[in-house]
Formats: sequence, structure tokens, C-alpha cells
Amino acid sequence: MTSLARSGRALVALVLGPLIIWQAVVWAGVEFYMLPSPTNVAIALAENHELILSHAGTTYLEVVAGLALGTALGAESAMIMSYWRPARLWLLPLLLIGLAVPVFAIAPLLVLWFGFGIVPKIVVVALIVYFPVTTAYFDGLRRTDPGWLDLARVMNFSRWATLRHVRMPAAMPALASGVRIATALAPNAAIVGEWVGASSGLGYLMMHDNARTETARMFAALVVLAVFAVALYFTVDLVLRRLISWQAEILPSKE
Amino acid sequence: MSRLPSPSPDATAPTPPGIRVRAGRLAFGDKVLFDDLSVDLVGGRWTCLLGPSGIGKTSLIKMIAGLVPIPAATTIECDDGRALNGRIAYMAQQDLLMPWLSLIDNVTIGARLRAGRRAAPDLAARARGLLDRVGLGARADDRPAACSAGMRQCAALVRTLLEDRPVVLMDEPFSALDAITRVRVQDLAAELLVDRTVLLVTHDPLEALRLGHHVHVMSGRPARIDEALAPDGAPPRTPTDPAILAHHGELLSRLLAAST
Repeated sequence: MTSLARSGRALVALVLGPLIIWQAVVWAGVEFYMLPSPTNVAIALAENHELILSHAGTTYLEVVAGLALGTALGAESAMIMSYWRPARLWLLPLLLIGLAVPVFAIAPLLVLWFGFGIVPKIVVVALIVYFPVTTAYFDGLRRTDPGWLDLARVMNFSRWATLRHVRMPAAMPALASGVRIATALAPNAAIVGEWVGASSGLGYLMMHDNARTETARMFAALVVLAVFAVALYFTVDLVLRRLISWQAEILPSKE
Repeated sequence: MSRLPSPSPDATAPTPPGIRVRAGRLAFGDKVLFDDLSVDLVGGRWTCLLGPSGIGKTSLIKMIAGLVPIPAATTIECDDGRALNGRIAYMAQQDLLMPWLSLIDNVTIGARLRAGRRAAPDLAARARGLLDRVGLGARADDRPAACSAGMRQCAALVRTLLEDRPVVLMDEPFSALDAITRVRVQDLAAELLVDRTVLLVTHDPLEALRLGHHVHVMSGRPARIDEALAPDGAPPRTPTDPAILAHHGELLSRLLAAST
């Protein structure tokens, strides 16, 4: 059996198993507004797909923009921290404070400052993404192979050249792990941002439907969100692996 | 015989400097590896250093390269009175090739990062010529991961040669190579680094005798460096030369004595 067929079968089992259990639970006598059946959700999805997809578009934009912004800021901060010692002293505590304060606590403030549009959600996503990216990349920049640094010193590279051409490329795999974690967190952050105050987006739609016990449509929105999150992760992973193709060459491939 | 093109005037003095190490000291806590260690690297000659593992050979080479802090009492100076910094090329036990760069980009990294766009226009051609000489001409655009350990070590040698520095410090550079490749690469290194001040740390007495003008054994704790053995003739010498074989026996017995 080819590996494609095998993973295809695994996927079918993965999706079908929970669906059957889900359907069985519903048949066992759960009220439809508590837990709609898979068929109900499918119907809701089919009937409302234009509405759900337009809301998904908003969320998609927030996630992608926030991810890009947070990653750029995080990578920049990590470079500054590793290049310039004083930055380490105040950026690191600031980073920890930023993470310790719950997003729920600052999201209303962001709505107050930036309005109900997508900007506060982009900021929330960027805030959540910032921490894993910064710490992962900073760690990577600190852990350059000492042999390479020796070589750079004997070759009289400037500090900047050493950072730019030795430490930064060497830390790319670490940055990539940070971005992968960030990508997994980002949709979550956007939904939280939308719950606090929004006029569109999947999080807004879910809150709206929840209040009106439109449970089937809420589940349909959840399904779209799940598919989007998984697709986003694998896209980002693919791009990262393309960017750091040399890492695959030196590590055994994970089968 | 192809020599490297003449180096830029400020990189090399007319003759490569001799290097004098006096009162060399290295201690980790109260574990003293060497103390009051003296060694002379004769200008323009190859000095080979043998000795048991863990005796401090690598530390000594790093000290001369300026990679570890030098104790106040220790002096490391050139006999032309100029500073050593900027006049050294260093080749470690690991190839230290950057896995994200092709071989050609790896071997030219020094000149490219120091000079940027002002790098000599013939740099790439010189690099390809040298890669050809070590049998890597066809692999110039491959990444290191696609090459064997021996090929990578050859690339590291080319990178060291392209640095074109008067002083070359090499720490067991050929130990990863198979016997045949090793002889070929040794010959090439001897040819291209003739007239440089070279310090070669090695585990292989025969290698030291083929390549060195002066062969030292480092032994004891705290370690000492003994009087140099100076084989006749110009390196690279043939390993079957009876004189070399006699020296080989003597070095082996010195090393055996050192390791007990």
C-alpha cells in the first residue's frame, strides 16, 4: 500500500470515528440546541456558507496580518536583544509582563483605542504571537555553534557580519519553531479579540449565534475555523521548510 | 606548480613572522593543564605538535589564535613586532562549513564578509580553481550536507587557503580523511602553504614527519613541549624514507612514554 493511500485511510478514520460517536450521542437523545447532529451542522453550513465565509474572511485577514506583524516585531526584538545588551535588561521583563497580563484584560482597551474594526484584533494576534517568536529566535541566536563564532573571530568578521551571516541563518530553525507555535496560537487570539467587540468575524458570528441558540450555525462556524487553522498551520510549515531547506538536509527526515 | 596569487600587501609581511609563546598557562580551576609553557614557531616553516588527547594542544592553538583569554603572564608575540590579529587562518577539527551555503560560498565567506562588494573580482575563479585541485570542482554548488566528511574537510582546507594569511593554525585537519585522500590533501596543503608559518596539531606521527620542519611532542601534567625533531629534506616527504621511519619509531616511543 502506498503511503498516500495509508495516510488517506488514516484521515478517513480520524474524521469518521468522531463523527459516528457524535451522531450516536445525538441519537441517544440530546436536544438539538445543546448539540446539533453532524447532518444538522452540514445543512447549516450549506445554507449559510456565504455568510460564514465572509466572516471567515475577516478572521483570516486578522490572523494573517497579526501573525506577520507579531513575527516581524518578535524577530526584530530578538535581534536587538542579542546584539545590544541593555535591550535584554528591559525587553525581557516587558515581554513577560506582556504575556502575564491576560489578553481579555487588554482587549477592551485595544477596542477603545483602535475601534471595532480589524485593527485591535490584529494587535491582539500580534501580541500573542510576539512572545513565542521572540523567545524562540532569541534562544536560537544565543546558541550558535561556538566553532562558527571562533571561525568568525579569526576571520575578523564585524559583529554585524557575524550576526547577519552566521548567527541569524544558524538560528533560522529556532525562529521557525517559534513561528509554528505562533501559527497555532494565532486563530485563538483573533477569536478572543472578536469576542470583546466586533461587528464581523467568526468569533463575532459564534457569539451572535450562541446568544440566539443558533447552535448548528455556530458549529458550522467552528468547523470552518478548524479547517482554516489546520490549513494555515500546514501552509506556514511548508513555507518554513522551503525557506530552511538546508535543515532537512542535515536532520534525518521525520517519517 | 600553481601558487596562490600574491596576497594583498597589508595582509602579509614579506616573510611570515615567527611566533614566540612564553609562560603559557592554562588552568580550569585548580586543574592545571600547562604552566610556564614555551614554544617557538619558526617563521615560514611548518611546526607539528603531537601529544596525547586532553594534554591541551587544542587550547594552545586557540590561545595563539586569540580565541581564549590570554593570562597576564603569558606572552605570545611575533618576531616582526607586529600584532598577530588579522594575520591568522584557522582550521579546526570540525569542518565548520555553514550548512546553508554552497561549497563555493563557504570557501569564499571570509573575503566576502570582510570586503562585501569590494571583494577581489577573481575570488570566485580562484576558489573554483582550488576546489578543482581537491577534487571538488563538480561539487562547488552543492551544500555541505550533500558531501562526505572527507570532501567537507577538503572544502574547509580550501577556505583556509583562500584566507591567504601568513600564519596558519590547523587542529587535526586531516584526521577525518581516508588514507589515500589524506596523503593527497597533505601534499596539496604542503604545496600551497609552503613558506607560511604553520602550526599543525595532529595525532599521527607519520603525518607530522611528512609535513613538519619541526616536530614537537607535548606531554606531562603540567604539560611541556620537548626539543624539536627536525627531519631532513623538504616536505612533503615520502613516508617510505628510512630516515622518516626511524624518526617514526622514536616519536612513537616518546608518545608512549608521554601517555603513561
